[in-house]
Amino acid sequence: MLINKVKTDFSEMLCDVFNGATIMLGGFGEAGSPIELIHALIDHGAKDLTIIANNAGNGRVGLGALIGQRQVKKVICSFAKSAKAITFPELYNNGEIELEVVPQGTLAERIRAAGSGIPAFYTATAVGTPLAKGKEEKVFNNKKYILEEALSADFAFIKADVADRYGNLTFNKTARNFNPIMCMAAKQSLIQTKKIIEPDETNPEHVITPGIFVQKIIQVENPIIESNAIEEGIIYP
Amino acid sequence: MINPDLKNVIKGWDRNSIASKIANDLPHASYVNLGIGMPELVSQHIKEDREIIYHSENGLLGMGPTPNENEIDLDLINAGKKPVTILPGGSFCHHADSFSMIRGGHIDYCVLGAMEVSINGDLANWSTGKGIPAVGGAMDLVAGAKNVFVMTQHITKEGKPKLVQTCTLPLTGAGVVSRVYSDYAVIDITKEGFKVIDINQNISMEFLQNITDGKVYQ
Repeated sequence: MLINKVKTDFSEMLCDVFNGATIMLGGFGEAGSPIELIHALIDHGAKDLTIIANNAGNGRVGLGALIGQRQVKKVICSFAKSAKAITFPELYNNGEIELEVVPQGTLAERIRAAGSGIPAFYTATAVGTPLAKGKEEKVFNNKKYILEEALSADFAFIKADVADRYGNLTFNKTARNFNPIMCMAAKQSLIQTKKIIEPDETNPEHVITPGIFVQKIIQVENPIIESNAIEEGIIYP
Repeated sequence: MINPDLKNVIKGWDRNSIASKIANDLPHASYVNLGIGMPELVSQHIKEDREIIYHSENGLLGMGPTPNENEIDLDLINAGKKPVTILPGGSFCHHADSFSMIRGGHIDYCVLGAMEVSINGDLANWSTGKGIPAVGGAMDLVAGAKNVFVMTQHITKEGKPKLVQTCTLPLTGAGVVSRVYSDYAVIDITKEGFKVIDINQNISMEFLQNITDGKVYQ
């Protein structure tokens, strides 16, 4: 029997997702955001989710829609503000959603650390600022650092450009962003990819995320483009 | 409180003049991260005698200018989420690698805006303490870049000094600023105070002292 991580329907992709799960969403703004997987999560209906992402959604598609459906209890992100955000500000201002603000590099490193078996690390970022509150401070070589803990997840929802059945992934330009490190930090990485190729077409020198970090793959040939969807006034569901 | 009308009486440098001063101070072959907004202007003033490599924290080294309308690729954006281009010799990387460039001390210069800069180099530029808190990569940049340049107006629209004894707003970093480029002066942060290394030709040191909350010296 051959290894094949490729699935054909979204219910199979999300069959293990549960209420209260922690889910990482790849993407920086709309680049690399797994919109179709997020919409499948809305269809699935899991509640009380903790979302780890760089942003907190725009309009009423993708993460913006998921938050609007009140499926999210907490967002861990670096930048929750956006001119096109509707749902997060509404819930946040009513005290109906929690927010943990993390400096973007610390967010990335906490995720990378989790994927690499590093439980915590010291960093100079945020020393002397309100975001260092309650964190252990230590001096190395006459410079102050704070202790930051690794950030792991039950699931990572990822948007790739090309995949093979082993889960070897490549991404498109700056749509790579958080996607590779989130694949490493989640128990289950669920991938939507534009294209699926045969393993003998994969150039091992070009693989960005090796298949060991990937559990399930589904093909989405023409993914929704968030800014176009917002412009067209598309609301999900 | 300074009379904001002063700004109409004595004109400072405009944004492009400030950007040009910063551009002249970036050495050939520097790796530079320009903050979103006013600092982005700096790239338009780099002289032909040097090559600068721009880093964008969302995983792009070797960032080029804004594309033409028909060349826009929504998978190729900058930290401000605006479409950009990549120059020959440029590369993409994931977020942890991109921030290792910053946090590991590989970025030579970053240029950022400011709400307040204190006399000991503290910077406040991410939060007014109100609304949704959002920090992005600012705290990483000021903690990791070798040189932190601030590009700012010298006083606020309400006429309050931005260069202050002590920041009142939430800090982005403590003791991190190397140099401030304002519309009235270029100032180094030193142990002795705000050291003026360039002053606008229309103003005196006395005027500069009046619009600065902290000792200025030459």
